[in-house]
Amino acid sequence: MGNGILVIAEHEGGVFKKSAAELVAKAKALGLGPVTALVIGHAGGAELGGFGADAVLTVTGGDTSRYSVATYVSAIQAAIAAVNPAAVFASAGAQARDGMPRLAARLGLGVGADVTELRLDGGALVGRRPLYAGKALADVRVSSSPAVFTLRANAFGVPASTGAAAPVSALAVSVSGALTKVVDREAPTSSVVDLTEADRIVSGGRSVASKDGYDKLIRPLAGAIGATPGASRACVDAGFAPHSHQVGQTGKVVNPSLYIAMGISGQIQHLAGMRTSKIIVAVNKDATAPIFQHATYGIVADMFEVGPLLQAELQAALAG
Amino acid sequence: MKIGVCLKQVPATDSPLKVKDAVTGVDLAGVKMQINPYDEFALEEALKLKDAKVATTVIVYTVGSADADARLKDAVARGADELVRIEDAGLADADSLGLARALAAAAKADGVGLLLCGKQAIDSDNAQVPAMIAELLGWAQATECDKLELSGSSFKAWVAAGGGARDVLSGALPAVVSTDKGINSPRSPSIKGVMASKKAKVDVRDLAALGLSAAAVAPKVQLSAWGAPAPRPQGRILQGSAAQVAKELVGLLRSEAKVI
Ligand SMILES: Cc1cc2nc3c(=O)[nH]c(=O)nc-3n(C[C@H](O)[C@H](O)[C@H](O)COP(=O)(O)OP(=O)(O)OC[C@H]3O[C@@H](n4cnc5c(N)ncnc54)[C@H](O)[C@@H]3O)c2cc1C
Repeated sequence: MGNGILVIAEHEGGVFKKSAAELVAKAKALGLGPVTALVIGHAGGAELGGFGADAVLTVTGGDTSRYSVATYVSAIQAAIAAVNPAAVFASAGAQARDGMPRLAARLGLGVGADVTELRLDGGALVGRRPLYAGKALADVRVSSSPAVFTLRANAFGVPASTGAAAPVSALAVSVSGALTKVVDREAPTSSVVDLTEADRIVSGGRSVASKDGYDKLIRPLAGAIGATPGASRACVDAGFAPHSHQVGQTGKVVNPSLYIAMGISGQIQHLAGMRTSKIIVAVNKDATAPIFQHATYGIVADMFEVGPLLQAELQAALAG
Repeated sequence: MKIGVCLKQVPATDSPLKVKDAVTGVDLAGVKMQINPYDEFALEEALKLKDAKVATTVIVYTVGSADADARLKDAVARGADELVRIEDAGLADADSLGLARALAAAAKADGVGLLLCGKQAIDSDNAQVPAMIAELLGWAQATECDKLELSGSSFKAWVAAGGGARDVLSGALPAVVSTDKGINSPRSPSIKGVMASKKAKVDVRDLAALGLSAAAVAPKVQLSAWGAPAPRPQGRILQGSAAQVAKELVGLLRSEAKVI
């Protein structure tokens, strides 16, 4: 049985993602022993001490500057060997969905996926997670040592940094067994954060009526508050927004503090992807649309009329 | 080349599910089932490779009881050739790693050169099985792929890299590829296929047939204390002209909800 928690701290070009601080802080708050942050492809991370990291291990050099499954698995395997943690935490995003199952299969570990709560029960970690696209919840216990959990972004919150610095040391890793090579990277279509990590989202439905409608109504409204644009499946299937923008049971499951649904009816499959949003705003011209049963604030109106007014008000509020 | 497809039956996405009790979990009695939507993309990708004469045989694998056979036959109706269902009491509470061990053993025994899986099953929502199978077999993997190109024994896969970026991976077969929306548009069953599906046989294998023991697939992940999500607090509809409600909403988002 190990001790403490190893947190995989993700960054983008040396800038830590919000989830890195979020996971470190949650790990510390659990009080299960020392929290070690593992940083792959960047030599820093002392600032994670401000959120509760007791030590930072960095893996650099070679091919580590961009994510690859071989590097990810080799680095975490080496870190587990070095610190013998009771648990490993990673953010439930693209990297962990690709790399964590491979690591788990290599070491024979169980993975509690996509937890939105974590607590200690008699010394053992217990996660709580949505299943069936959020139509049910269950506790998840992992009996392997270490126990692996992936944590849903924005579910735990980020406290203010205490300003403390954590000691940083390099971990030597020999990356082996690369079976694929990243031959190209296609940049994201926009510079905003991914839907799954976004704190604000503005989504459009099929009633945007065209790609032009989406680009002129939804994107600028999202842009006004630094939100990530999303879409219903009907909007995506009609070709008005790329499929990577789809929110829902067969799209992205999102967890922002603010979700604005523009002209979305609120079918069960769409709700499955966004029902845990803290605040839901719905704009729909049909007062009986099911989305209003889930909205914190509802506006019954033509979105083409309200959208630009809302955008102007938001811009004014954020400027003031 | 033989191509394998992992396929799971899941509750239809429009079914309003209820939690039966804290121990049993979701009550699936009488719930309409369908092929997991992401697995439909995997199946379609395999069928396209068969149309292009890259695949000789498309073998569909599932783990579960005989009530999944209707879904397997649906796959034959669309063009799949062989059906394998893995059923064993030892897999009743299996976690992703247990399922991956069973599926990996079956695909290996059949000499599959490419295994296609949906990126996740929309019931358990774990998204772990494909990459676990790849590791267990020592194969290359491509996760959440929305474009795949094969040429001879090498492949190129466009995969999600987070933040909306895509990585283009290249590697050599054999490989496990998990499919995302956007990779293709799944076909419907053909009349000829529906006829063929009536006669389709399901090859049922247990753990012993796969050379596995119950201990090898014993779960390390346990679910308990099932419950329904908390209902959302009652919201409110804003009243007034478009200009008034826009202004009021921004005020509420700032002072009441504190999200901007
Ligand atoms: C297997 C399966 C998986 C699915 N997965 C998903 C998924 O992941 N995500 C998803 O979103 N859907 C999914 N769906 C589809 C889902 O059932 C709905 O069809 C879809 O969400 C509807 O999209 P929509 O709200 O844009 O369109 P509609 O349901 O057509 O609603 C359009 C809404 O726009 C309103 N409207 C029209 N004009 C205006 C205007 N000028 N101003 C304001 N409001 C206006 C209307 O009143 C209406 O409420 C799935 C379906 C299936 C079968």
